[in-house]
Amino acid sequence: MSDTGEPILVVKDLVKHFPLTQGIVFQRTVGHVQAVDGVNLELYPGETMGLVGESGCGKSTVSKLIMGLEKPTSGQILFEGKDVAAMSRRELRRYRRQVQIVFQDPYASLNPRMTVGNIVAEPWDIHPDVVPRKERPRRVRELLDLVGLNPDYANRYPHQFSGGQRQRIGVARALALRPSVLVCDEPVSALDVSVQAQVMNLLEDLQDELGLSYLFIAHDLSVVRHLSDRVAVMYLGRIVESGTHADVYDQPAHPYTQALLSAVPVHEPALRGAKERIVLTGDVPSPADPPSGCRFRTRCWKAQQICVDQDPALVDRGQGHPSACHFAESVEIVHTD
Amino acid sequence: MTERQQDSGTEPAYGGDSPTIVDSSTAEEQRTEDVTVAEAGGEIRQASLWSDAWRQLRRSPTFLLGAGLFLIFAVMAVAPQLFTNADPRQVIDLGLSADPPTGDAWFGYDIQGRDYFANVVYGARVSMIVGFSSVLGVLLIGVTMGSLAGFYGGWIDSVLARITDVFYGLPLVLGAFLLLSVMQNRGIAQVSLALAIFGWMTAMRLVRGTVVSVKDADYVQAARALGASTWRILTRHILPNAVAPVLVYATITVGLFIAAEATLSFLGFGLQLPEIAWGLQISAGMGRLRDSAHLVFFPSIFLSLMVLSFILMGDALRDALDPKLR
Repeated sequence: MSDTGEPILVVKDLVKHFPLTQGIVFQRTVGHVQAVDGVNLELYPGETMGLVGESGCGKSTVSKLIMGLEKPTSGQILFEGKDVAAMSRRELRRYRRQVQIVFQDPYASLNPRMTVGNIVAEPWDIHPDVVPRKERPRRVRELLDLVGLNPDYANRYPHQFSGGQRQRIGVARALALRPSVLVCDEPVSALDVSVQAQVMNLLEDLQDELGLSYLFIAHDLSVVRHLSDRVAVMYLGRIVESGTHADVYDQPAHPYTQALLSAVPVHEPALRGAKERIVLTGDVPSPADPPSGCRFRTRCWKAQQICVDQDPALVDRGQGHPSACHFAESVEIVHTD
Repeated sequence: MTERQQDSGTEPAYGGDSPTIVDSSTAEEQRTEDVTVAEAGGEIRQASLWSDAWRQLRRSPTFLLGAGLFLIFAVMAVAPQLFTNADPRQVIDLGLSADPPTGDAWFGYDIQGRDYFANVVYGARVSMIVGFSSVLGVLLIGVTMGSLAGFYGGWIDSVLARITDVFYGLPLVLGAFLLLSVMQNRGIAQVSLALAIFGWMTAMRLVRGTVVSVKDADYVQAARALGASTWRILTRHILPNAVAPVLVYATITVGLFIAAEATLSFLGFGLQLPEIAWGLQISAGMGRLRDSAHLVFFPSIFLSLMVLSFILMGDALRDALDPKLR
């Protein structure tokens, strides 16, 4: 289902630096948090792109930038070839109909003072030409049914629902404008494991039914593995490795990816020990003061002088998919699950 | 009825590579979710914040007591002749000056021998008008400045916050006292204006705080991602979440401003004779407190009850307007 035709969404050299200020009345900038520092992504129609990384690596900033909720410091986001930052008001409205987001926290993403019906119908208040006013109550019921909720719940408030049900409401709202791209910003990480499976299955079904493209952001490798066609691994504002699902999961080339995959727990007791565990030492460096050269070098067991001097580019280094490591070397991972 | 529809959306997806044990537990989970929601929501009905709040208020004894008192005073303010046939300004007999309550005159007579019950009843009107119009002014200033400061932040916030700090430095009654003392004509409009000018700061901070806490919420971000205008975000998402605390504050403040007006009138810098106001009556009665305590007692009791009615209603409103407490 992937790699057919032109990418629908392209992220090019995206950079977002947040200024760090001091002082209350006379604020001066004392530095920058380099939340996102040169990210490239491509999303093809109908595919799921997984974006993985630990907390604070800039995943959510990428999603905010794509949604136009933050302005990029530099770089471009191209939707169907058009730069989002340079779009006119009208084009931006069209873009918003095409690209929607599902948030991480289902408890914070629904207005507590609005009924579920109003929440799901709000996109049509903003884009009135999508669904005629008379049709709306019926369409709300359809949408609720589509995401697996009882349509009779339209008159209830969000607080009357559980986390999983709230996330379904969030999905229904995002789908109201019939978008072609859905940015899922850790949509299941706030949910119980059992409910996670339900919501992920729902997202899979919706993709089959509506032909959506997903940019699926998560910190949980197994969640991304379950859904993604292609995967990009982020570390400290940069993508360190990307490739198809099989490339990244079975033959990771970057030491960070290898360490991440080795940390996935093995739940078959007999197979324990078959997998080498790589334990990283130290903490993630501050994004306000990232290390020179390779950003992962402070925690990497392969680090040499060249890693300090030269920033490794994200290119194919003979493993069949791009990775940003001077000593990239693919390792066969035995998946024990 | 609910289970089938609920499950239909997820069931086909249970195939795939997730292990079977997950299947049974998710179905179980789904069913328990349904049950809890059914219990929490009761029967399915048309629901909105205000209708739910009203439903709860009708059952709250605090609110019923406050609203009952308020209704009595409201009728008293609109149609005082329903309570008394006497004319509050007509001197019945100077010889009856400051006479204590009798069967004919329930509250006795004032110093000039007028029916005191009629005087106290007619006093409700100015208190109500001053209370409501000054709070209206407070809301106008407070909500505008608070939402501007909270929503835009930056230097607008800094400037407005400093202005608020300056006004906070002046106590309400002192500020109004100073402003009124330079005014030639001190009527209802002037007193209300003075109270509003020196009393809006808490409303501003309340609104600002709520707006700040709400404006970065995910649901506001979601509205932004949908392309909602600033106006829509403010009026549909931010202010509705700020209105409940403001309404509670406003209700209580009506009471407090009524008391403040009475204080100003008592001190001689609020309303002036021949206006009929409780503050003026208490002031006039003070000199005769030893021998004719009823002159101070009755307007004071009415004043306290009116203030109490607003505070009781505000208190009950706070409970009813927070859906999370329900």
